[in-house]
Amino acid sequence: MRIPCPICGTRDRREFYYKGAASMLDRPAPDAGAAVWDAYLHLRDNPAGRTRDLWHHEAGCGAWLVVERDTVTHEVFGAKTLEQFHAD
Amino acid sequence: MRFSGWRIFREGLTGNKGWGPHWRDPAPKSEYDIVIIGGGGHGLSTAYYLAKEHGLTNVAVLEKGYLGGGNVGRNTTIVRANYFLPGNSEFYSHSLKLWEGLEADLNYNVMHSQRGLINLFHSDGQRDAFVRRGNAMINQGDDAILLDRDGVRKHLPYLDFDNTRFPIYGGLLHPRGGTARHDAVAWGYARGADRRGVDLIQNCEVTGIDIQNGRVTGVQTTRGAIRAKKVGIVVAGRSGQVAAMAGMRLPIESHILQAFVSEGLKPCIDHVVSFGMGHFYISQSDKGGLVFGGDLDFYASYAARGNLPMTEHVMEAAMTLMPMIGKARVLRSWGGIMDMTPDGSPIIDKTGVDGLYLDCGWCYGGFKAVPGSGFAFAHLIAQDRPHDSAARYRLDRFRTGVGLMDEEGTGAQHNLH
Ligand SMILES: Cc1cc2nc3c(=O)[nH]c(=O)nc-3n(C[C@H](O)[C@H](O)[C@H](O)COP(=O)(O)OP(=O)(O)OC[C@H]3O[C@@H](n4cnc5c(N)ncnc54)[C@H](O)[C@@H]3O)c2cc1C
Ligand SMILES: [Zn+2]
Repeated sequence: MRIPCPICGTRDRREFYYKGAASMLDRPAPDAGAAVWDAYLHLRDNPAGRTRDLWHHEAGCGAWLVVERDTVTHEVFGAKTLEQFHAD
Repeated sequence: MRFSGWRIFREGLTGNKGWGPHWRDPAPKSEYDIVIIGGGGHGLSTAYYLAKEHGLTNVAVLEKGYLGGGNVGRNTTIVRANYFLPGNSEFYSHSLKLWEGLEADLNYNVMHSQRGLINLFHSDGQRDAFVRRGNAMINQGDDAILLDRDGVRKHLPYLDFDNTRFPIYGGLLHPRGGTARHDAVAWGYARGADRRGVDLIQNCEVTGIDIQNGRVTGVQTTRGAIRAKKVGIVVAGRSGQVAAMAGMRLPIESHILQAFVSEGLKPCIDHVVSFGMGHFYISQSDKGGLVFGGDLDFYASYAARGNLPMTEHVMEAAMTLMPMIGKARVLRSWGGIMDMTPDGSPIIDKTGVDGLYLDCGWCYGGFKAVPGSGFAFAHLIAQDRPHDSAARYRLDRFRTGVGLMDEEGTGAQHNLH
């Protein structure tokens, strides 16, 4: 698998550290309550198909990326920096 | 059809023409007391113990593919009880005891081979951790022997003892650990459940779960609707998707784990060996193939294959530990989909829906759990309260933070376990 880092270009998967579902970006308010925090921290949609997850370009530019890919075929559709992602 | 020495002898003389199918192929009935979703190791053992321990036989196991076609048939077959934390410790201890009586119980040769398992350590800190683990195992009533470097050399002379980066300080030997023939475990449980009247229904995918007023009433399948008073979800890597049919999200991400097997060789590796520094483990199958694997691919995946970076990593670890392995050719590799929980431990619990039960989150360690999980899940479904051995496998432990079992101490992230 190769990931197209918007800053460095397409690089081998081994340069990146996987952090999990991009839902980690939707951080609840501190007082949102146990159920909301449980859902945020632990529960996952876990789709078989298209998904968005977070990757850290650890051995490259150091940016955190939102990568869109297919969990069944391993096809990677694209990657955005957090800045690009939030701008959308 | 029962197996016996006499029967095998007679079949041998008469061209093996007398063997029949090991289970029936019934059409689904419109209603059962209990429907088990998933005909893997855990689903089949659950059905078997429902019938055997609780006398419940109006039971169907619904399998979308064929029995034993999932992870139960694609793991590296290691069976052990060397867990450390309360909750896991008693569960795997109980499961290993069930393994030890399994062949007699099922009248089926599952080739359970207690050849001994050796976890290597490579630093003082690791040694201390293994001493502690060994003591926990002994306290639990299981066995553990601490080996120093020479002790390891006696058992495993083919390792690279001159490795400067990962020097071998010693190993923790778990003599009752070993392997079993994974397909036979599924087949043995399937036959045992079938003989007690359970309907094993293959090519039957569950596509919906029917719920009325907070109570489960049945399932929708590719072979029609089936009503049921109780439904158990036991679908290994697919738990997230099946639970979604009941409106639930689970603390699970599905990840891929690869395994490799070499060409058949004369017996050379007598134990199961694990190499902690490279996360590599190996044993030799009864057919002679070296069976080995390593880490997850480390990202969510539903592909029944892995990617090459992990293949390379596993081969490197293999060569580092036992250079002789470089002479063997790899025949095959494959991947399996696993339910990864944030603490690496499983879940056996009721859900928020009455009559709907969940057995999932076995990560990459669920083969050894097949007897224990089926036993405990059957108990939960039949009696509506957890079996003592699995009392801590609660679904709400992530929300409450009480009773988390992070056996490896790696942290609360699905891909780390
Ligand atoms: C490479 C690899 C190595 C491993 N090594 C070990 C090891 O050495 N020791 C160990 O203890 N564990 C090991 N494991 C883990 C172990 O294999 C699993 O935890 C365990 O097999 C999972 O339980 P199961 O056998 O019931 O799963 P499965 O056999 O996968 O059963 C689940 C079944 O559910 C069915 N299903 C899914 N969705 C539906 C639906 N909607 N309707 C109907 N049926 C459905 C599937 O088709 C499947 O047959 C390994 C796993 C892998 C992949
Ligand atoms: Zn980059």
